[in-house]
Amino acid sequence: MPVQGYNQTDALERLNERENSRPRIAVHKFSSCDGCQLAFINAGEALLDLAQQVDIVHFAEAGPMDPEAAVDIAFVEGSISTPDEALRIGQVRANSRFLVSLGACATSGGLQALRNFNADGARGWTSATYAQPEFIDSLDTATPVAEHVRVDLELWGCPVNARQVFQAIRQLLFGVAPVVDRDKLCVECKRQQHVCVLVAKGEPCMGPVTHTGCGALCPAFGRDCYACFGPAENPNTAALARRFEGLGLLPEAVARRFHFINSHAPAFRTEWLAWKERS
Amino acid sequence: MDSHRGLPLIGMEPSAFFLPRESLDALFDAIRGQGYARVLGPMERNGAITYTAITAASELPRGLRDRQGPGHYRLEPGSGERCFSWANGPQALKPLTFAPRETLWRCALDDSGRLTFLDTDAVPERTAVIGVRACDLAAMRIQEQHFLKPPHPDAHFAARRERLFLVAVHCSHPADTCFCASTGDGPRAETGHDLAMSELDYGFILTAGTDRGQAVLAELRLAPAAPDDRAQADAEIEKAARAQTRGLPSRDLKEALYARLEHPHWDQVGRRCLSCGNCTAVCPTCFCHAEMDEPALAGDSSEHLRQWDSCFTAVHSYMGHFLVREETRLRYRQWLTHKLASWHEQYGRSGCVGCGRCIAWCPVGIDITAEVSALLESGDAQS
Repeated sequence: MPVQGYNQTDALERLNERENSRPRIAVHKFSSCDGCQLAFINAGEALLDLAQQVDIVHFAEAGPMDPEAAVDIAFVEGSISTPDEALRIGQVRANSRFLVSLGACATSGGLQALRNFNADGARGWTSATYAQPEFIDSLDTATPVAEHVRVDLELWGCPVNARQVFQAIRQLLFGVAPVVDRDKLCVECKRQQHVCVLVAKGEPCMGPVTHTGCGALCPAFGRDCYACFGPAENPNTAALARRFEGLGLLPEAVARRFHFINSHAPAFRTEWLAWKERS
Repeated sequence: MDSHRGLPLIGMEPSAFFLPRESLDALFDAIRGQGYARVLGPMERNGAITYTAITAASELPRGLRDRQGPGHYRLEPGSGERCFSWANGPQALKPLTFAPRETLWRCALDDSGRLTFLDTDAVPERTAVIGVRACDLAAMRIQEQHFLKPPHPDAHFAARRERLFLVAVHCSHPADTCFCASTGDGPRAETGHDLAMSELDYGFILTAGTDRGQAVLAELRLAPAAPDDRAQADAEIEKAARAQTRGLPSRDLKEALYARLEHPHWDQVGRRCLSCGNCTAVCPTCFCHAEMDEPALAGDSSEHLRQWDSCFTAVHSYMGHFLVREETRLRYRQWLTHKLASWHEQYGRSGCVGCGRCIAWCPVGIDITAEVSALLESGDAQS
C-alpha cells in the first residue's frame, strides 16, 4: 500500500547507515487502553534481556521518546480512530522495516470498533458522555492498522501475551519469519486439562472459534472464553452460534457473543449480523 | 530400563479377595508402602470427575452419579456409599503417560560458541492411579504399541508408564455415551492393571493383575471373596454391558470407509464440526503431537518441546507451503478414517475403545457412532 508523504527508502537508508548495528525497536501508541504496552513492561526480567539485544528507541509508556525514529521493528498498539492517527500510521510504516500490530485494537479495531456499527459513529456516545463533545475529534470508524498500511505480523489479544511478543522478537532477531499459533483455544485448554465449561456447565464459551494465545486463562477459572484473541483459523461460528441457541440463549444474546472486543473481525461481524437480524 | 512395572500374572485364575469398605484406606496405605507416594484418585473438580492427588478414601466421590450425552456432561448427587458409580470424566491415563506439553531436550551455546545438546533429566514420580476403567487400559495398550515400538521407544513415555501402578475398577455404571462392549474393550478390566476391583455396597472384591499387585494384596491379608459376592460383581459387569445403547460395528470398517471417501455425508459433518480438536484431546488413543523450539530471548539456548496436537488443526496438515486439509470435512474424515480404518493397518485393531468421550466432550455433540451409521447406511454411493 503506498504511503503518501513518506518515503520508506529514506528510513531504511538511515537504518543501514547507523554506526551501531543493534536492532532498533519502537512501540507506538494509537487508540487503545495501553494494556498491550503494559504486557510488554510487565515482562520483567525478559525486558532487561531484550534491552541487551536491541535498542528501544521509542516507547512512551516506558520512557524513551523518539516517535520519528527509523526502526527495524515497530510495534503498533491501538486502532486508527482519529484523523491524526490515519496520517501518523503512514509515517510509522515508512519508518519501519517490520511492522507488528500489537493486540486486539491494532489488529481488529478493538472494543472501540463497536462504533463502526452506528450510522453516526461515536457521536451519539460522545454527546451522551461528555459535556463538551465538540473537543473530540474522532473518525466515524475505528479500524485495524492493516486497513491503512501493510502489516507484517499480527499479534492478537486483549491484551497480548508477553511470551508471544518476545518469541516473535526472538524469531525476528534470528532472521526468520515468526510463526503465530492460530489454533482454537480448546486445543490449549485441553492440554492444560481444564474441565470444559461449555459441556460441563452449559456456558456459551467462545473457545471453539477463538484464536489461542492467552493460555486458556478464563476456562482456568471456570468461566467461558469471550474471544479477546479474536477468531482462530477456520472458525465455524455458525455451528457454535447454533449450539449457543441450543443452550438456551436468545438470538440477541447469541449475537452479542460475537459483538464485543473483536466485533470488526470479519468472521465475528458476519455471525453478529446473521443473529442480529433474527433478534 | 529399570523394571518398575509389575509382571503380568498369566495362565492362572486370579484369586479374589474381599476388602471391607471401611478398610479402603488400608489399600491406599499398602500402595504407598510399595513406593508410590503419589496416589491419584477420582475426585470431583469443577463439575467433572478428574484424577487428582488423593490422601484418603473419604475424598472419593461417594454417591456421585454422572449424566452424559452428546456435548453434555453433568454430575449429580446420589445416595448410597458407593464411590465408583459413574463413567469416565474427560481424562484419565493419557496425560499421565503422553504429557500434554513437555521438553524433550535442550541445547545451549558453550563458551567456545559450539552447540551442546542436553537431555532433560526429570525422573517422573512413581504414581498410583485408583479407579481406572477398562476402556482406558485398552487405550493405554494401544498407546504403548505406538510409543514403545522398537527400535526407537519413546523414553519419556516409557519412564512415566514404568512408574505407574494401576488399580482398575470394573465398570458398573456406563454413561449413555459409552460403547466399550461393542468394541470389545470393557466394561470388565482384562489387562494392563496391577489390581482390579469390583465395588459392592459393603466393600470391594480385589484381584491382582501383576506380581506387584499381588504384593499389595499379600500385605493387606484379606479373606477370600465369598462366591455370592463374586457372582454379584460379575452380574453387575454383565448388566453394565447390556445397558449400553450405542455401538460401533465390530468388524473392520476399513474397506467400507475407504469406499465412501467422497460420500456427501462428510460435507454434512463438516458443517457441524467446529474443528476445535476437543475429540482428539479427550480420546485416550489419539497420539498426534507437534514439536517446536523455544529459544531464550538471549539467543544462546533453546528448548525443544512436544505438545498435543490434533488432526483438526490447520498446521497439522501443513506440507511445503500448502495445507492438505484446509476444509473441516477433510479434517473430520482424516480423524475418522484413521481411527477406524488405517489404524487397523498400523496397529492391528481399531483405534476406538468405546469410551464415548469424543461424544460427550464435543461442544456441538457430534456422535462418532451416529456418523458411522449414517455413512454405512447409505451404501457406497459416491454422489
